[in-house]
Amino acid sequence: MRRRNLTTMQPLLSVNQLKIHFPVLGGVFKKRIGSVKAVDDVSFSIAPGETLGLVGESGCGKSTLGKAIVRLYEPNAGSIHFQGHDISHASQSSIRPLRRDMQMIFQDPSESLNARHSVRSILEEPFIIHGIGNKEERRIWVNQLLDRVGLPANSADKYSFEFSGGQRQRIGIARAIALKPKLIICDEPVSALDVSVQSQVLNLLLELQQEMGLSYLFIAHDLAVVKHISDRVAVMYLGKIVELADADAIYQKPRHAYTKALLSAIPEPKPSVKKTRILLEGDVPSPINPPAGSAFGHRINHPLYEQTIGQTFPLREIEPNHFVAADPCCLSTEDYAKVSQTV
Amino acid sequence: MSDILLDVRKLITAFDTDSGLLRAVDQVSFSVKKRQTVGIVGESGCGKSVTAMSIVRLLPQPSGKILEGEILFKGNDLTKVDSKDMRRIRGNEIGVIFQEPMTALNPSHRIGKQLSECFLLHKNMSKKEAWQASLEMLHLVRIPAPEIRMSDYPHQLSGGMRQRIVIAMALACRPDLIIADEPTTALDVTVQAQILDLIKHQQEELGMSMILITHDLGVIAETCDEVVVMYGGRIVERAPVKTIFENPRHAYTKGLLHSMPHLDTPRKSMLPVIPGMVASLNQFVHGCRFCQRMKREGSVLRERPLYKEISPNHWVEACPQCVEGI
Ligand SMILES: Nc1ncnc2c1ncn2[C@@H]1O[C@H](COP(=O)(O)OP(=O)(O)OP(=O)(O)O)[C@@H](O)[C@H]1O
Ligand SMILES: Nc1ncnc2c1ncn2[C@@H]1O[C@H](COP(=O)(O)OP(=O)(O)OP(=O)(O)O)[C@@H](O)[C@H]1O
Ligand SMILES: [Mg+2]
Ligand SMILES: [Mg+2]
Repeated sequence: MRRRNLTTMQPLLSVNQLKIHFPVLGGVFKKRIGSVKAVDDVSFSIAPGETLGLVGESGCGKSTLGKAIVRLYEPNAGSIHFQGHDISHASQSSIRPLRRDMQMIFQDPSESLNARHSVRSILEEPFIIHGIGNKEERRIWVNQLLDRVGLPANSADKYSFEFSGGQRQRIGIARAIALKPKLIICDEPVSALDVSVQSQVLNLLLELQQEMGLSYLFIAHDLAVVKHISDRVAVMYLGKIVELADADAIYQKPRHAYTKALLSAIPEPKPSVKKTRILLEGDVPSPINPPAGSAFGHRINHPLYEQTIGQTFPLREIEPNHFVAADPCCLSTEDYAKVSQTV
Repeated sequence: MSDILLDVRKLITAFDTDSGLLRAVDQVSFSVKKRQTVGIVGESGCGKSVTAMSIVRLLPQPSGKILEGEILFKGNDLTKVDSKDMRRIRGNEIGVIFQEPMTALNPSHRIGKQLSECFLLHKNMSKKEAWQASLEMLHLVRIPAPEIRMSDYPHQLSGGMRQRIVIAMALACRPDLIIADEPTTALDVTVQAQILDLIKHQQEELGMSMILITHDLGVIAETCDEVVVMYGGRIVERAPVKTIFENPRHAYTKGLLHSMPHLDTPRKSMLPVIPGMVASLNQFVHGCRFCQRMKREGSVLRERPLYKEISPNHWVEACPQCVEGI
């Protein structure tokens, strides 16, 4: 039921064939000698009220994708539509009104919190930037925000360096929800938190979603957390989405070899259980010199790798709403045959 | 007891703040044996990082101070060592991996330069040797295209890559003790598994010990021999890993284990949480701080419960309200 609703609605965010490349400089004259294809041809959409989970190998481009959506980076190709507006190349001043509806929670809180400002001024800033409320109203809102994220009211007059890592992350969350946005890009929002506070924050994000119909792009490494909060999950590998499906389907019936490896590597919180893992040998591929064929096939030394050189692997619908890259190195023979027919 | 490498005894660490001298770590005692891995878990803000920073004396200055206690490392009290010797011990004998990698890296220096520095400082290598050794470390922590990454600045790396650089720096000088504060939180589970494997391997090969601070109870279960559970600046429970998971005694430990999301919890359902909120440092009672959170009243809030060994190697803060049958 719920899913049908989400997919038939006009998306809140849609990303089409997005590419974000960074220059690699080298030599004595610091000339451009290549590029890091951090995000390479990525497409997806998020419906109002939906959570899309995003997981993938460290360095595969998740944060870059998130930052590009809030337009901290300008796309090299492709487009980003938010609430129907094409914001791919919009100027910073023309995005400002949309910024209210789109916020980001950063992976490393020290990246986003100014150490010289008190928590009050950090939390007041969004209201001031958008000219909302008077001094007294803002004081009340700041106290409400602190309460919402489970920080004592007297935190307002402290500086962010006086807090522990997890407490700082909660300040970042309070700031992101201040203006009641429509979309929050959550980049590892709970990985700095202990499990009990983590549950509080996840409950908070779920409540806010129910109350305000918020959407989330939820980037995280903890797969149990991602599964818990997401409607759909996208798996990224070296700049590309390799699998995208309903959260339950991804976990119950993963199709892509990388997704399978990822799920098998989840540490088991039971000291007596020893899991059998799919251990990934070999080198993590570099986005500077990506392999010429299947990136994951290269990683695992797949016998079919040679055949994939020069090819690309578009997403195909293997089951209704379950998309997977049509890569012969990464699918079972059966699954590969199935997606090859759908062409 | 020569197999004890580090023995922390009744450590008290405080911050000098506008609201007075506040104890972030309040009489903490635990020890780490040779080759052993001790995990520290606990509510965010409970003093895990401050405990770690006290050991290597990297407390935020000028506000952070060790007030009382001993930190015996190879029998030597680190609280009495002068700062020059401490600098030598840090890096050479104790390697540190910080929670937020950006605080450990200098944003204006290239990765290669920062890594080489460890070798130049501690190992008397030539510049060229140090560069080569650094490159090998990047290989070891599985950074792709390490030659190119050597000339990157920290902001050009992903969160997980930065974290691996910090891990490389900590392992570089083959220390006897590694203090790792959330070393793998920024990594995906496959790289995490590789890095933990790598640390384990190095640990066996070099006989290293480790203090591992992490929120990930799965990581704790898979890597630690012993677990220390902290709440409100104190240790509420300490036991071998199996005991903590299978027979936890303190209410806080139980609550923590209970709030973990599992792959089989129904999606988007509210997760169990420990009710209430941890008090701030200046409002902590002298008695049981978990009772304070649970809004209990009476003498439990006034008298500090004894930290005692209830069975071999199993210690709890013996509050009668929080520990059944004590
Ligand atoms: N520079 C400082 N000045 C004042 N108080 C501080 C300072 N640094 C830390 N604190 C306080 O000391 C307490 C312990 O902090 P610590 O960083 O050790 O927590 P932690 O257990 O590592 O938490 P987390 O899991 O969130 O990293 C916290 O209440 C924090 O607010
Ligand atoms: N500002 C930048 N300049 C140059 N390269 C960059 C920049 N930001 C990111 N990169 C590169 O882009 C790639 C993707 O990085 P990104 O931070 O998006 O990864 P990630 O998936 O978020 O990883 P992690 O899980 O480790 O946080 C990496 O190779 C990284 O080095
Ligand atoms: Mg990232
Ligand atoms: Mg910490």
